[in-house]
Amino acid sequence: MATNSNFEKYKSNGTLLGNLLEWVDARFPATSMWKAHLSEYYAPKNFNFWYYFGSLALLVLVIQIVTGIFLAMNYKPDATLNAAGLPVAFASVSYIMNDVDWGWLIRYMHSTGASAFFIVVYLHMFRGLLYGSYRKPRELIWVFGILIFLCLMAEAFMGYLLPWGQMSYWGAQVIVNLFSAIPLVGEPLSLWIRGDFVIGDATLNRFFAFHIVAVPLALIGLVVAHLLALHEVGSNNPDGIEIKKITNEKGIPLDGIPFHPYYTVKDIAGVAVFLALFSIVVFFLPEGGGYFLEYNNFFPADPMKTPEHIAPVWYFTPFYSMLRAMVWNFFGLDAKFWGVVAMGGGVVILAFLPWIDRSPAKSIRYRGPIYKTLLTIFVFGFLILGFLGMQAPGYYFFGYKTAMAADGKTILFDLRNYLFSGGLIAQVFTVYYFLFFLTMPWWSKIDKCKPVPERVTWK
Amino acid sequence: MSDQGKMDCGRRRLIVATAAVGGVGVAATAAPFVASMLPSERAKAAGAPVEADISKLEPGQMMVVEWRGKPVWILRRTPEMLATLPQLDGEVADPESKEEQQPKYCTNAARAIKPELFVAIGICTHLGCSPSSKFKPGASEGMTADWKGGFLCPCHGSTFDFAGRVFKGQPAPTNLEIPPHRYLSDDTRILIGEDTQGA
Repeated sequence: MATNSNFEKYKSNGTLLGNLLEWVDARFPATSMWKAHLSEYYAPKNFNFWYYFGSLALLVLVIQIVTGIFLAMNYKPDATLNAAGLPVAFASVSYIMNDVDWGWLIRYMHSTGASAFFIVVYLHMFRGLLYGSYRKPRELIWVFGILIFLCLMAEAFMGYLLPWGQMSYWGAQVIVNLFSAIPLVGEPLSLWIRGDFVIGDATLNRFFAFHIVAVPLALIGLVVAHLLALHEVGSNNPDGIEIKKITNEKGIPLDGIPFHPYYTVKDIAGVAVFLALFSIVVFFLPEGGGYFLEYNNFFPADPMKTPEHIAPVWYFTPFYSMLRAMVWNFFGLDAKFWGVVAMGGGVVILAFLPWIDRSPAKSIRYRGPIYKTLLTIFVFGFLILGFLGMQAPGYYFFGYKTAMAADGKTILFDLRNYLFSGGLIAQVFTVYYFLFFLTMPWWSKIDKCKPVPERVTWK
Repeated sequence: MSDQGKMDCGRRRLIVATAAVGGVGVAATAAPFVASMLPSERAKAAGAPVEADISKLEPGQMMVVEWRGKPVWILRRTPEMLATLPQLDGEVADPESKEEQQPKYCTNAARAIKPELFVAIGICTHLGCSPSSKFKPGASEGMTADWKGGFLCPCHGSTFDFAGRVFKGQPAPTNLEIPPHRYLSDDTRILIGEDTQGA
């Protein structure tokens, strides 16, 4: 037998527990996995605030899976009307909220968890932009991350249909109809997704199956791949330099510290703060001011009537704004189709970052003024797009509205109205969003970067 | 394995053939799963026509009936409402209803069998929301001052006139769809979803 087998390496210390571990190690790589991923996984010692969000995302995933399992015990994916005239699915959510012991807590944890997931993941992705965490050799970590983000969006979208409220119904109606904009295959595709000619019981049942089985399985697989790829190449850090370049005689990076116990303890502190904030929302603001649970969703789905104002949940609104910003027909294809392209492209273009960023420095600490300026506008624009996505179509900043002459008929052209119209601003920032990425190969190369240090900077 | 530099072409062909047959098997197995997500036989059969009693519908009043899970509007238009239609011919995208969004017998100025009775599927042709009624002319219902009455889709702001014709420059690409329908008796009952005579 080879000398590097676990059977040879990990011997008992003579205690009963040691004997048991030796028996396991000879049959399963328990100690070697513990070492490779925790106690002997060397992470840079200069991690800062931004490095909390990866472990927090994992925590929220666990919260969503556990609360989801318990919700599924009482939820019924059934769109037919009960004796009281309410859809069974809608009534089963009310039942969880009112009649199941602690059901309200489990459901609010799940609904708050959805928003928390996106907050944490957006911050986690922003960390990547700050410190160039997607750069070589971490391209695959980033690509797996984008796939995780796509899975999360699918998970959130399909989960939102399940309460079968007005927003559930009409949100799904709009998004599924988007697919019909794709030339040739669009109509049959959206029919296939719905499983009926309208959003109905068939749609609800399949979304439930995807939401609780298919997508979570893919999500967990991708998270494992994300972590395996990370542990293969090692973590990036706020200085954006490779700690593996300078090692001691044992090959251990001089600027690295074992993940366990150093970062497990640090992350537990982050978990404590996160859970405190999470609990405040769950117990005192479970609707999140109408942003986490939209008010219209407290009305049962009515296929005969669309609510006066429909908007997606906040985490989709930047991409929804991009969808609405496309009002031009290009190449003989409908604006609706280009809206879908903009919305999907807005997510997919992120996956190309590792190859379009050609800056000599990875971290924003050493990158030049061009990146700092453009990234600031990018973040500002993304937030504005998110805000506009929540507003009704004819929104105007600063209250400017269509100016009307005294006769009540002639509409005067007013420059302020034009400049502050939500539609125009969304178009400007949508164009900026895409130009930021499309022109990156050029401006990232000419940006004046500062010299990058050999060792991590750390106080 | 074969000797260095030599490949056993016979075995190679067998491997390729096996993989190809296996691939065909996987694709054939996937087909029933994909097909199971199409509308079921029951869903396809559920499109039975619905009858609506319009005897109590007053002029200017609209009722909504469900057909194939979609809202169908029946609006008894007033002479004032009908009078707005010719005035708007220049402002709507398809004034003469050239797009086939209605049965042949409704391809007329009022897009209806009887001009006063407007029957339409209340689903916006953009992304499938149901437009709201904005029947009062002018700005009183949040519309512009030159609004002559019609429908507004709350999702993306498409506007339609009293014949369901979409205004120019709106997200909705076509006029609202008119379902096949016929009158069962002179002015009291409509059958929606069927237009052939008899039965």
